[in-house]
Amino acid sequence: MSTSQARTLSAPVSVNFDYTRSVGPTLAAFFTGLRQGRLVAGRLSDGGVVLPPPEFDPTTHDPVTEFVEVGPTGTVQSWTWVPEPVAGQPFDRPFAFALVLVDGTTAPFLHAVDVPYDELSVGMRVQVRWAEERVGAITDITCFEPATVPSDAGGGSPAQPAAAVPEVVAAHAAQLDGPLITPVNLDYTYAASPEESAFFRGLQEGRILGQRCPTCGKVYVPPRGACPVDGVPTTDEVELAGTGTVTTFCIVNVPFLGQKITPPYVSAYVLLDGADIAFLHLILGVEASEVRMGMRVEAVWRPRDEWGTTVENISHFAPTGEPDADYESYKVHL
Amino acid sequence: MSKQPAAVVGIGQTHHRAKRVDVSMAGLCREAIDRALADASMTFDDIDAIVVGKAPDLFEGVMMPELYLAEALGAAGKPLLRVHTAGSVGGSTAIVAASLVQSGVHKRVLTVAFEKQSESNAMWALSVPVPFIMPVHAGAGGYFAPHVRSYIRRSGAPTHIGAMVAAKDRQNALKNPYAHLHNKDTTVETVLASQMLWDPIRYDETCPSSDGACALVIADADTAASIDNPAWIHATAMRSEPTTAAERDQVNPQAGRDAAAYLWKQAGITDPRAEIDAVEMYVPFSWFEPMWLENLGFAGEGEGWRLTESGVTAMDGDLPVNCSGGVLSSNPIGASGMLRFAEAALQVRGQAGAHQVDGVRRALGHAYGGGSQFFAMWVVGAEPPAL
Repeated sequence: MSTSQARTLSAPVSVNFDYTRSVGPTLAAFFTGLRQGRLVAGRLSDGGVVLPPPEFDPTTHDPVTEFVEVGPTGTVQSWTWVPEPVAGQPFDRPFAFALVLVDGTTAPFLHAVDVPYDELSVGMRVQVRWAEERVGAITDITCFEPATVPSDAGGGSPAQPAAAVPEVVAAHAAQLDGPLITPVNLDYTYAASPEESAFFRGLQEGRILGQRCPTCGKVYVPPRGACPVDGVPTTDEVELAGTGTVTTFCIVNVPFLGQKITPPYVSAYVLLDGADIAFLHLILGVEASEVRMGMRVEAVWRPRDEWGTTVENISHFAPTGEPDADYESYKVHL
Repeated sequence: MSKQPAAVVGIGQTHHRAKRVDVSMAGLCREAIDRALADASMTFDDIDAIVVGKAPDLFEGVMMPELYLAEALGAAGKPLLRVHTAGSVGGSTAIVAASLVQSGVHKRVLTVAFEKQSESNAMWALSVPVPFIMPVHAGAGGYFAPHVRSYIRRSGAPTHIGAMVAAKDRQNALKNPYAHLHNKDTTVETVLASQMLWDPIRYDETCPSSDGACALVIADADTAASIDNPAWIHATAMRSEPTTAAERDQVNPQAGRDAAAYLWKQAGITDPRAEIDAVEMYVPFSWFEPMWLENLGFAGEGEGWRLTESGVTAMDGDLPVNCSGGVLSSNPIGASGMLRFAEAALQVRGQAGAHQVDGVRRALGHAYGGGSQFFAMWVVGAEPPAL
C-alpha cells in the first residue's frame, strides 16, 4: 500500500491457478521420453529433426508422427547469462540459458546450462543432466552440463529411430486420465486511478464521494475520472448519502473457486440517492427471497476501527423499511 | 470503391465435449480446420492468410496462444492475425476474415476460433478479485442474472419463457451430432425443476463448458462461383459500447440495436422477421433469446418473449432460432460466435443435416460479448448479394 501522500492507491493482486494440460499425441511422445530419460525428437518432411517435436509439419502441415531418439549430448550454439534468477527458474544461483544443438537434431533446443560464466563458450560440448525423479515434464531435464563423453566436436552421432516410441505414446495416452497440472502464479500491482483513490480514501473517513460530469450532469459513483459518454474529465465532487434503491439483483446460490462470500447471497445494483449509476454490493438483513427491485436500502458500515480504503467498509446494504421506490424512478437504470 | 463479394466455401467444427484430453489446443483447432479445408476442396497451399480468435487468455493460461499455434494453423510464410472481443470473438473473427476478402487484399482466407475450457475454469477466470471493491462478482451468470431480472420486469414475461428456450435448444441439439449436450429428456418441466444457480437463472438455463473449435474458409467471387453452394456474405456489422455508463440500457443495448440496423440496411432487408429464414443467435443464458429478438428488431420492445411462447422460434416456426442447439448446447466460448456464423452458413447451403430448415435463402449469425457490449453479426444468403 502506498503512503497517504501518494496520489493513487495501489495493492497487490495474485492470480493463481492450476491449469490442466492435454498435450496431444506428439508432445506426449516427447514428455514420455523425458520420464524414461530419453530425448524424443520429430523427423520433419524436409529431413529436419526437431526437439521437442512440432505437432504439425510446417511444410506439409501434416501431423508429425515419425520420432527419433537423439542426444543426450550436444553443442552450445548460443547462450545468455541470468545473473539474478527469479522464482521458478532452473537454479536459484546465476546460470545460463542456452540454445543447444542436441546431437542428431537440426534445430536448437532451449534449456539451462550449469557452467560457470568464465568457462561457458559457444561450441562447448554438453550433455543432459537428468532429474532424479522424472514425471514427464520439461523439468525432468535439470540442465545441461559439460560433456564427460568425448565425441566429434559439433558432429554428434546420427539420430536413431525411436522404435519403442509408439508403445511409449500408447502407455502415456492411457495415463492421460489423470490431469497434467501446470500451476500459473501471476503477481500484479493493482493501481487505482486518482479519482478512484479519492473515493476509496473518502470511504476511510466514512464518506461516499462521487463526481459529476460537467457536460451531461450525471453523477458517477465510484467516480471515473472521465465521463464514459462525453469523454470529458469529471472534476465536480459530490458527496452522497448512504441510502438508495435496489434496481436489480441476483441471488448467488452457486459456489465457485475463489469466492469470497458464502452463498446464498444477494448481489444487487444499488442506485444511491443522488447518483446516476448503480453499483454492485451485498444485501443482508433480509431473507434473499424478500429482496425486491425498488427496495429502499441503506449502507451498514463496519465498526470504524476496521475501516480501510475499500468499499468493504460498507459491510452490506440493509432495508430501510421505507415503501419501495416507484418503478418509474429507476427504470432508466436497468 | 465498393466491397468485393465474398462467400463461405468451407465449414468445419469439432464434436464439442466437456473435455478433449486426447488433443492439444493445436490439435483441436486442426480438427475444425481440416474439416473446413476438406469441405472447400482446398489445402493449406490454397490459403492466403489466417485469422484466429479466442476468448481471454486466462481461460487456458497461455498468453498469446497464436504464437505457439502458428505452424499448426498453417501460418508459416503467411499473414496471421489474432482477434479478441470477449464472447463475441468468434463472430468478429469471421468478420475480420471476410473483410480481408471483401477489401480485395486476399482471395482465400482461413479463419478459426476455439476454446479449451477443460484446461481451466472460466467462472474463476471471470471473477478474479479486484482490490478495494466488493467481491460480489460471480462469473458470467452472476453478471447477466440481474439484467435478465430487469428484462422480465420490463417485459412482463411469464417466468417459464426461459425454460421454453432451454428445452427447445436442447431438443434441437439432438439433431446436431456436433453438439456437446444430448439430453433427450429435457423438457420445460425439467428445466423449471433444475437448481436455481444465479436467481433468476436456473442450471438448465445456462450453457455448458465445452472444448471445441470452428473454422471457415472465406473466398472471393471467382472461387465461390466454382463450388456448388457457397454461402454469400450479404452484410456484416460490429458495434461496441462502454461496459457501464449512466442510464446505459443493459437489457436492450444501443450497440446491438445500431449494429442490427446497419446490418439490415446493408442486406437490403426492411422486415427481418419476414425476410430472414433462420437465426443463429448467441444465447448463453436462455432468456437472451427473447432479449436479442427485440434488440435485433425481430420483435418490438417487450414483445420478444411472445415469439418464443407461441413457437415462432421453434424449428418448425416461421423464425427458427438456434436449430443447432445453440450456445445452450455447446459453449467452447471463443468458438461459440463463429459456430453461430457457421450454422447460419450451413442453413443457406442446405448442409445442416438433421437440423436443416427447408428452403433457407437468408440466415442471420449473431454473437455478443463482454458486458453485453460487443456485438458481431452477419447475414448470409444462398444467392450472391445484390451489387
